[in-house]
Amino acid sequence: MAERAYGLLAEFDSPEALTAAARKARDAGYQRLDAFTPFPVEGLARIMRMPRPTISRVGLIGGFGGGGFALLMQCYTNYSFPLNVGGRPLYPLSAFAVVMFELTILFSALSMIVAMLWQNGLPRLNFPLFGASRFHLATKDRFFLCVGAEDEKFDEEQTSAFLQQIGASSVESVPR
Amino acid sequence: MSDRSADILPVRQSMGGISDQLTGIPLRVPVGQRWLIAMLFASLLLLMLMVSVVVLFAEGVGIWGINIPVNWAFAIHNYVWWLGIGHAGTLISALLLLTQSDWRNSLNRFAETMTLFAVVCAGIYPVLHLGRPWYIYWMFPYPATMDVWPQFRSPLEWDIWAVLTYLTVSVAFWYTGLIPDLAAARDRATKRGWQIFFGVTSLGWRGSAAHWLRWSQAYRLTAGLAVPLVVSVHSEVSLLFAAGQIPGWHSTIFPPYFVLGAAFSGFAVVSIIAVSLRSWFGLYNLVTDDHLDVLGKVVLATGLMTAYGYVFEVFDALYSGDSHELQTLADRLTGAYAWAYWGAIIFNFVPLQALWWRGVRRTGWSLLLISVAVAIGMWLERYMILVTSLYRDFLVSSWSKFTPSFWDWSTYFGTIGLFLVPFLLAIRFIPLISIFETEELLHKEKEETHG
Repeated sequence: MAERAYGLLAEFDSPEALTAAARKARDAGYQRLDAFTPFPVEGLARIMRMPRPTISRVGLIGGFGGGGFALLMQCYTNYSFPLNVGGRPLYPLSAFAVVMFELTILFSALSMIVAMLWQNGLPRLNFPLFGASRFHLATKDRFFLCVGAEDEKFDEEQTSAFLQQIGASSVESVPR
Repeated sequence: MSDRSADILPVRQSMGGISDQLTGIPLRVPVGQRWLIAMLFASLLLLMLMVSVVVLFAEGVGIWGINIPVNWAFAIHNYVWWLGIGHAGTLISALLLLTQSDWRNSLNRFAETMTLFAVVCAGIYPVLHLGRPWYIYWMFPYPATMDVWPQFRSPLEWDIWAVLTYLTVSVAFWYTGLIPDLAAARDRATKRGWQIFFGVTSLGWRGSAAHWLRWSQAYRLTAGLAVPLVVSVHSEVSLLFAAGQIPGWHSTIFPPYFVLGAAFSGFAVVSIIAVSLRSWFGLYNLVTDDHLDVLGKVVLATGLMTAYGYVFEVFDALYSGDSHELQTLADRLTGAYAWAYWGAIIFNFVPLQALWWRGVRRTGWSLLLISVAVAIGMWLERYMILVTSLYRDFLVSSWSKFTPSFWDWSTYFGTIGLFLVPFLLAIRFIPLISIFETEELLHKEKEETHG
């Protein structure tokens, strides 16, 4: 084998066909599955046994971090340079609440978006699948199932025949 | 809201067709001439803003009509107006995403884009109003040689945190929603320059199921944060007024009154943009009469809530029995600026009543005219709130008047250019309607039709 393949890319016409094929591929014992669709297709992640995303936890931590940072910052500035304004308290939580709220949201939202990109391995300029001849339709109206070459059951000919059999309208071998 | 009995999008169209139609707008030039004329007009306005700002920086805020009792006037009035317009974009996008309202999908992208540039227009006003704008960094906590810090117990300091947070989160939310569409445009592009532009901006998105899973969670949660953010930002803006003891401002009705008024003016501007864009780019298959119908209903509902704010503001003054409050109320109704008060009432609430009729809501030009009236009415309202409270201070000796100068007007019309130029560029260079969400909705509708 001169060049090891990245995997086999199978094309389907509709989300339903893709979902059905993904289920069959999983039942046939394939593990390294991924699907590529123009819009999120419900249920695919469950079929392919993908772990639940942890973005919400990152957001929670980011929110607490932002709120805590805002509170400490406001207390510290008033501690560092106490200014008596008509006898008003130096550490009024009601007056600090607005900036705390804003920074809670800011840190939480930004940390979730950064975590999403980070966990997805984005941004990146190229990816083996972009070399596939019909892959550009994955952002238009075609639905793709990819069986990775690292899969234990992966065998270029057998897997290709299997994908044809479960209804793929085209199957393409993608070089790494 | 999620009425399942009728489809919001015509189902007799294909997903690929929608994708080609929408990516085709940036990639081709179907309406070059009209776009160029609009761009020329907008650029002239922007040029006027630049001249006004240069003169302002050279001469100082004295070139405006502001004086000592009326020291806020146009700068803060237009700041509140622009920021309010911006809020509708976030509400359409985030709130309706969470309530799974299907009609949002054709509107959210340009509504969000409108938000970004409206917030920019709002944001420059307080900076211009500073008098010495090069000291803007004093608003941020940095270790100064004099050991002083910004005053975090003042609403004026809250303001910059609120607006900058709002701008940042809006940009992040907008861009996150845009990534899959930039990828779609990348895959349709045939010219090298466009391929590079969309290839870089789409960050290598490939629509993997694992990516969609994380993306959806991040997008929905950010939307969930954006909704309270909108409410907090405009409430905070109202606290600039309500936290002072000026009669006509010092009232607990202000935060909800401001937020609802913001949504009202914002939804009106979204209607203006929706009607214009669909006739401009021929998007009748995506922005349907049903969309206008729903927009009309929302404008009517938020308008009536704003009207409640007017009633309660009057009640508040009467109930307080405070002589200064009553004086301000009388000044508003019958004083030198009564035209602003009655103008606001007439422009905001009289044409609005036509929206009770279904035919009016579903016709582009009538919805457009009513929305323009609302935008003007809300502009008058912000003017009225500012000037009528300030021009007669507690001390008779400091009473004065405010008349906008030429530079007041040129700066204001200039900010319309500051809004339009980037907006026109955006609708030219990025998919102006969310492609993947429209496809998703179309697929769902087709599935339901087939049973």
